[in-house]
Amino acid sequence: MVSAPLLDTTGVRRTLRRLAHEIVEANQGVDSLVLVGIQRGGAILARRLADDIEAIEGTRPGLGALDITLHRDDLDRRHPTPLPSVLPDIEGKTVVIVDDVLMTGRTIRAAMDALNDYGRPSAVRLAVLVDRGHRELPIRADMVGKNIPTAREDDVRVLLEEEDGRDAVVILPGRIDS
Amino acid sequence: MTTTVSAPTVATRQNAWQHHHVLDLDDFTVAEIETVLNLADRMREVLDRRIARVPALRGFTVVNLFYEPSTRTRVSFELAGKVLGADVISVSANTSSVAKGESLIDTVRTLRAMRTDAIVMRHAISGAPYLAAQHTDASIINAGDGAHAHPTQALLDLYTIRSRLGAIAGKRVVMVGDIAHSRVARSDMWGLAAMGADVVLCGPPTLMPRGLRPGDRPAHAESALPRVTIETDIDRAIEGADVVMALRLQSERQQGGLLPSLHEYAQMYQVTEARLARAHPNHVLMHPGPKNEGIEIAGSVAAGGHSIIEEQVTNGVAIRMALLYLLSGRTDLPGDGEARA
Repeated sequence: MVSAPLLDTTGVRRTLRRLAHEIVEANQGVDSLVLVGIQRGGAILARRLADDIEAIEGTRPGLGALDITLHRDDLDRRHPTPLPSVLPDIEGKTVVIVDDVLMTGRTIRAAMDALNDYGRPSAVRLAVLVDRGHRELPIRADMVGKNIPTAREDDVRVLLEEEDGRDAVVILPGRIDS
Repeated sequence: MTTTVSAPTVATRQNAWQHHHVLDLDDFTVAEIETVLNLADRMREVLDRRIARVPALRGFTVVNLFYEPSTRTRVSFELAGKVLGADVISVSANTSSVAKGESLIDTVRTLRAMRTDAIVMRHAISGAPYLAAQHTDASIINAGDGAHAHPTQALLDLYTIRSRLGAIAGKRVVMVGDIAHSRVARSDMWGLAAMGADVVLCGPPTLMPRGLRPGDRPAHAESALPRVTIETDIDRAIEGADVVMALRLQSERQQGGLLPSLHEYAQMYQVTEARLARAHPNHVLMHPGPKNEGIEIAGSVAAGGHSIIEEQVTNGVAIRMALLYLLSGRTDLPGDGEARA
């Protein structure tokens, strides 16, 4: 059973607006800022953050989507078809990688590898909606929407209106067989 | 089964894919063909990156085993493997132990003993890759066997048609030339027919495969052969065509008594600008290469505005990347890899 959401629709939207402010503040504006969302959830969040930043600053930051399937270090099973990667010029820009849930850090490592194939940003930052701990690599988010301590086997899901029909962060308790 | 082509969601990302070997397209489902074509779109993106190199196939070893000469197919597989981070080794038969008389079976067993994951094989004898597949658990990819099959060429043709015309179903695709000796035409027929194209074969009756010559289609043709139309008159064949594909005429066919002369063949069957005037105004012109300009295709047509021959070559790398990627993943369903080729 799904327990009460950790963030409901209002909570998700409010958290994103705060992250948008933090990104603008850390970057001191929108100049040479590029948001790169990791497919699938991160790409949706990056687009929303771009909307929020445009509403705050009157200027839209660069926006891209990155699929890291081909860069994963755990590609050992049936291989999925990657989603599209579409990136603006990132050479010399400040790239903020956006993802929904940060856990082991392996996705982010893969994303940093993938970014290198497109160009050399002047800086790379990380913004996530949820940080749930259990890191396996020395990676830390610069901007965090919400820290959620979890058991390792729990399943934290970020539901988004574009994919799931509503915005929420929910936790599905881990099953013994998972 | 849903066959989503555009905007795949999380739910449809699990691929339809059952193959441990790629021997021909006659045992590919439409969903499997679409999986390969959709994946090739992503692989084209990788090829267009500033640094076209991803680590997806790190530790995966591919051996190109070519018993017949090839430039484009061999280089295409080499690049495909290398872009995905695989180790790729190319051996040609005249510099290997094959020249000392090692049998095909010994060779593939030896390669597997060295932990080769995939063997890309070209052989002059039809069926040779099927024999190899019975004697190794490495994946065998048929890169052309005799006059039988060339499935990776057919997939790149399907991909190129789809990306240029937006669809394959309902398109009139005309293959002109030496159908009988063309492994490309055979694999293309299976793939195009499966995807719903209207396939027309055009060439002199002596260069039509048995069973497809006018008047000699066997009673079981409807089920045993892909659905195609035979048209020996090139002008009627090209009428309204969306795709015209010229096939190489191997000049040794003239010695075999199948043609009166190359000159006469060119007169009757060369794809020329005048003949293409009957095709659909937005038609595309294809050729699997290598070309004999002035025989099966006019030079001006091969280099003309409707020609997508170079695009076929680029797309070939993406298609072979997609296949290597799919073969390197485990197919976890019980029994597959044995029951299906």
